[in-house]
Amino acid sequence: MSVDYQASFVGHPPGCGYPKLNFVEDSKVVLGDSKEGAFAYVHHLTLYDLEARGFVRPFCMAYISADERKIMQQFLELSSEFSKASECLKTGNRKAFANELENKLKDLEYTRSVLHKETELQKKSNGCFSAQAIEKANELANVEKSIYEHKDLLKQITSYPNRKIKDPEFLPYESDNPVDSTDLNQESTFSEFNAENQSEGHSIKRRPSYTPQFIKAKSAKCFDKRLKTLEELCDLYFFHQTMDQLRLIEKSFRGDLCYIYTSQIDQALLKQQKITNFLFEDSEWEEEAEHQFCNGKQTMDNNLPPASILSGEPLSLDSYTSCVETVPIKLEPETDEDGIHGTELTESSPCDLLQDNTDDGIDAEMKGSLSSGESIEVLGTEKSFKTQGPTVNSNSVANLQPPYPEVVRSRIVTRRAYSEDSIEILSTCESIVPEDLRPSYPSAIYEEELPAENCTDVVHNPDKLDECIYESGTNLQVESSFCIGNEDHTYKESSPELAQECCANGVMKEEPQSGLQGDPTLQVDFSLDQAAFPDASPAGLPLDELNPNCLSEDISRMNFDDLSDSTSFMSTSTSSDGTYSPFLYGNPITVKHKKKAGQSALRFIRQYPFAQQAIFCLLSGRALVVLGADEGTVRKLVNALSIYVPKLGKHGESVKQWLSSPFQLTDLQNWKLIGLHRVASPAGSSMLHSLNRYSRYISILDIDQKTLRCPPYKGSVIGQMADHRTQIKRGSTYFLHVQSLQTQLSSKAFLYTFCHHLHLPISVDEDQDAVASRRTNFLHHHLGYSEDDCRIVQFLSELIKHHCLHGPGMGVTLPVFRFNYTTSFLYKI
Amino acid sequence: MLRWMLGGREAQGAVEKNTVLFIGEEQPKNCYTELQVLKGHFDIVRFLVQIDDFRFASAGDDGLVLVWNAQTGERLQELRGHSQQITAMTAYDWEAGDSAHAALITASSDRTLSLWDPETGNRVQTVSDLQSSAKCLLVLDRLDFWISGGNELCVWDRDFRLLCKTDHHSDAGITAVVELPKNCIAAAMDKEIVIYRLSVSSSKSDTSVAEMRRLRDHQDSIRALIVVNDQTFASGSHVGELIVWDSLDWTIQAYERILWEEPRPEGQAEIRLSSQKQSEMSIQHLASDGECVVAAVGSGLYLYNVLTRSVVAYRKAAHDSNILHTMLLPDGQLVSCSEDGSVRMWELQDLPLTAEPASAGFFGMWTFGRSGKQASQQVKKAPEVPGLHTLELTGDLIGHSGAVQMFVNFVDLGLVTCSTDQLIIVWKNGERESRFRSLSLFHKLEMNQGL
Repeated sequence: MSVDYQASFVGHPPGCGYPKLNFVEDSKVVLGDSKEGAFAYVHHLTLYDLEARGFVRPFCMAYISADERKIMQQFLELSSEFSKASECLKTGNRKAFANELENKLKDLEYTRSVLHKETELQKKSNGCFSAQAIEKANELANVEKSIYEHKDLLKQITSYPNRKIKDPEFLPYESDNPVDSTDLNQESTFSEFNAENQSEGHSIKRRPSYTPQFIKAKSAKCFDKRLKTLEELCDLYFFHQTMDQLRLIEKSFRGDLCYIYTSQIDQALLKQQKITNFLFEDSEWEEEAEHQFCNGKQTMDNNLPPASILSGEPLSLDSYTSCVETVPIKLEPETDEDGIHGTELTESSPCDLLQDNTDDGIDAEMKGSLSSGESIEVLGTEKSFKTQGPTVNSNSVANLQPPYPEVVRSRIVTRRAYSEDSIEILSTCESIVPEDLRPSYPSAIYEEELPAENCTDVVHNPDKLDECIYESGTNLQVESSFCIGNEDHTYKESSPELAQECCANGVMKEEPQSGLQGDPTLQVDFSLDQAAFPDASPAGLPLDELNPNCLSEDISRMNFDDLSDSTSFMSTSTSSDGTYSPFLYGNPITVKHKKKAGQSALRFIRQYPFAQQAIFCLLSGRALVVLGADEGTVRKLVNALSIYVPKLGKHGESVKQWLSSPFQLTDLQNWKLIGLHRVASPAGSSMLHSLNRYSRYISILDIDQKTLRCPPYKGSVIGQMADHRTQIKRGSTYFLHVQSLQTQLSSKAFLYTFCHHLHLPISVDEDQDAVASRRTNFLHHHLGYSEDDCRIVQFLSELIKHHCLHGPGMGVTLPVFRFNYTTSFLYKI
Repeated sequence: MLRWMLGGREAQGAVEKNTVLFIGEEQPKNCYTELQVLKGHFDIVRFLVQIDDFRFASAGDDGLVLVWNAQTGERLQELRGHSQQITAMTAYDWEAGDSAHAALITASSDRTLSLWDPETGNRVQTVSDLQSSAKCLLVLDRLDFWISGGNELCVWDRDFRLLCKTDHHSDAGITAVVELPKNCIAAAMDKEIVIYRLSVSSSKSDTSVAEMRRLRDHQDSIRALIVVNDQTFASGSHVGELIVWDSLDWTIQAYERILWEEPRPEGQAEIRLSSQKQSEMSIQHLASDGECVVAAVGSGLYLYNVLTRSVVAYRKAAHDSNILHTMLLPDGQLVSCSEDGSVRMWELQDLPLTAEPASAGFFGMWTFGRSGKQASQQVKKAPEVPGLHTLELTGDLIGHSGAVQMFVNFVDLGLVTCSTDQLIIVWKNGERESRFRSLSLFHKLEMNQGL
């Protein structure tokens, strides 16, 4: 940082000697060490500390990654996010600083009164001109001066927001959390606190416990005083907000560049699809969680990375390279540690302003002793988010050290590292194992539900693999045993060159662009032209062949590991079966849950030849009852099937995982997927009665006898979704595959719903039958759907209509319960 | 045990053996493909009354009267006030100035009568301390009176002033009242139908009621009494007698004794006959469209043409259990609901030549005039009646888990059923609803200027 704090007294009329607060802009810097392979976005900021020289202490937050391009190309996002965090921190700091000043003022007032008394006493006893009396008088004068200075400082700090508001770029920190903000309100918001002088009284009321202390003229040496920690420097509420924000930043920038782009595009596109999002996406509630991020990103270029970024060229490198050069910080692993310890030990900051002013000698001494450059605290490493404070986990440092080849050699190592330390080095391109990039490659079946600790066992412990293979049916055994044999082989083959190639050969660049090209079809302005219909790609068009889907699959898989924090791994590993208990009632369902469910779903479609019929039931709104005696198995299957349920609801309201009492008609109105306990008791017979009675509204999947009773399905859409010979090996991949098909379906349903002339007569003399025939014609010929596929689209369309008319609330208006009178058949394995 | 249930097609076969009728799941003519369950009652829901084009009221044993919007399923009002079960409910409309008023009259076991404003939910009028609770209510629109029938017949005006009443009838009391021409009223009292005449003078307070005649032709207590058209009314008794009366001179126009019989081997005839329960022949409900009368006889349906005095169609085992309510729709459609919890829809179809009507169960029928009543019952006429149709089941609505007490048909909005299971279900035409939603969606888009 090239700010000269020594010149902090400029600005005031010369000679008055009032200290002046610096309101310094943050500086953003990219640091890099290509030899070590570590790059960092470093965000420098200053916080006010009454005991610091110039009242300012420099801090920095950093985002460290092994991927330089990630830093460079996400620079704007990083900078905007870190700026927000910094603003939050500084707001809290100003509040704390103002408090500190007030307390100090109280100290000084008290000191003055005490000194005053003493001076009077001295005068009385020793006379006016005794040495002691003069000394006391000088002391008193110093205190008076000090009071003036502090009052001036307080004025400066409280007037800060008013000054800054004029600045168009100033973003006053606003809490996004309403609960917290009420909390904040009770505490009196900062602006309030600043705006009025009465707020002083406010703060006094708030801290009645503070008792003024007498300040000795020659206090202890400031070196003895400990530096204030960040918590002390910053108001606690804002401090925690900042930490949360930083954590969120770290989370949102996990994964490699390609993934970040994809998810950014994803987010941007999803936001344009507010109408149909509720069907299969869970963005609505994800948005809430990442609200802050979306805000930040929206300000930038409509959320899509500009083309120049995609091509790998930073937009304006010059604007920040200069900063890089001026800062002589070496980013070595040790700097973290030494930086903090060093700061604590060596940095001398004035602990007492009174002393500062009274004793010029000390002041000069301190000016000399300031070691500005080296004393920057790093609080932005991912590890230190969790263990904020002076203690630095040496693990995070150690993890920076492994050279590339080791990371690349096996995924297992990297995965373990993810779960423990989540250091960014591990999610670079190099950690993609090349075989992942080819979906048809007969690579091993990865049990992603396996906890990180067990990952190494997958290869060496065939039992574990066998377990899952047997579960998925005998016909697979040959294939999977082949995979075991292949496994080591593929690991050996994987090499950094291959990985590099994959990243460099443009696949990654194409992915976001293809998303952009596909954009028009997803946009809201559907022209009702006939010509527009072919654009909405007809059914049967294999999406996965057009798109480099393989890449996204891998990204998702890789980021599955990233996204799932280590605790969730732990929880799943402790339960008996891996995919058990993915979502609990009351907890929002996330993509993570769904991806986990994907594995079981994949197993389901391989195991049951009638999976298509079951999925058809779910997609067309017919309730599916999963009947079984064993709760675990039923729950597992219900979870697996829940990925097909449209309008699942934030907490999975449409799914009842486990029911051991007879259900009512009203239950069918709410639940579209029910796990039902088969009991051989009188209670069971009444349950069977309800099953029998409502058999026309439900399909029954009996997992004990492996039968399915449901209407037949003769369409083609679900064939793509549930091909039991699918090459997809991983659950998360499969989930994305399903989701892409679901998205296709919902876009068709959108089109169907909002085509004016499909539902309303064009001319006055047209009757309902003509409109109905046009509707059928549209479904059959334009969309190319068969009767059963039409039913899916119609059901989704009804959901969309209901959603548009009544809003997302489930309880406000009664849900529509639609059904068809069709014959059910019994399917057996 | 579960096997049969999950047995798909075979299972249906098994069910078909138990009940004569089983339509299966394929019901192309059934347009009710959407339903909405309305919850709100805490006991059996017995009465449904249509208030206007979109509103209806429901009442039952919990003493609650709820007003619903049939379109949205919204509960509009909750009318509280009765401490005991509701025994009768009717809508009361009148014109006052330019505006039409709709009101509800309810009678309860707590011996009160109440007039409600369904708009505000207020109890506008109430009468308590009646000598007996009213079992039936009848609004005479022409005279702007209304009548309550309990142990005595009371005539009230719109302001709940008792104009006149009949003597106390000690036993069963009045179970049904219908309006006849010339200010006459027919009231069913056990086995008798009593004809009263209201004499209305210019000042309403002078209104009096006088008994004109007692019709004692039914052999058992009368269960149903309806007006067929201006010339005729009909009554049905517990033992299956259906009598069509002339409205003007109160004479019998037709007498039908409906007797369901099992097709049986010769030897067991007597035993079967004696074991036949009377209730199986009881006429629980009558409905008419002005030309035909449909009688709910036990669990069977019986369609009689009053004009031609001939049987149109019948079906002995239309339901698994007693039929509680029926309705004739235009185009030969018929709807019935039953204690078995289902609503079935029927269509009149020409009898196929090959199929004998006996196949659906033997139908014993005697057609007499009043004089020929004692004629021997051994004469079994084969039902070779020309123009005999068959009632074909076109669809059924399954949703209630208890007896379906009653239903109301909103032509456009669907069919509303109420049941012992405390639920009300609105059965809707799915296509129509879908169209309606599209319409309102585009309307909303227009309002909002796009998405």
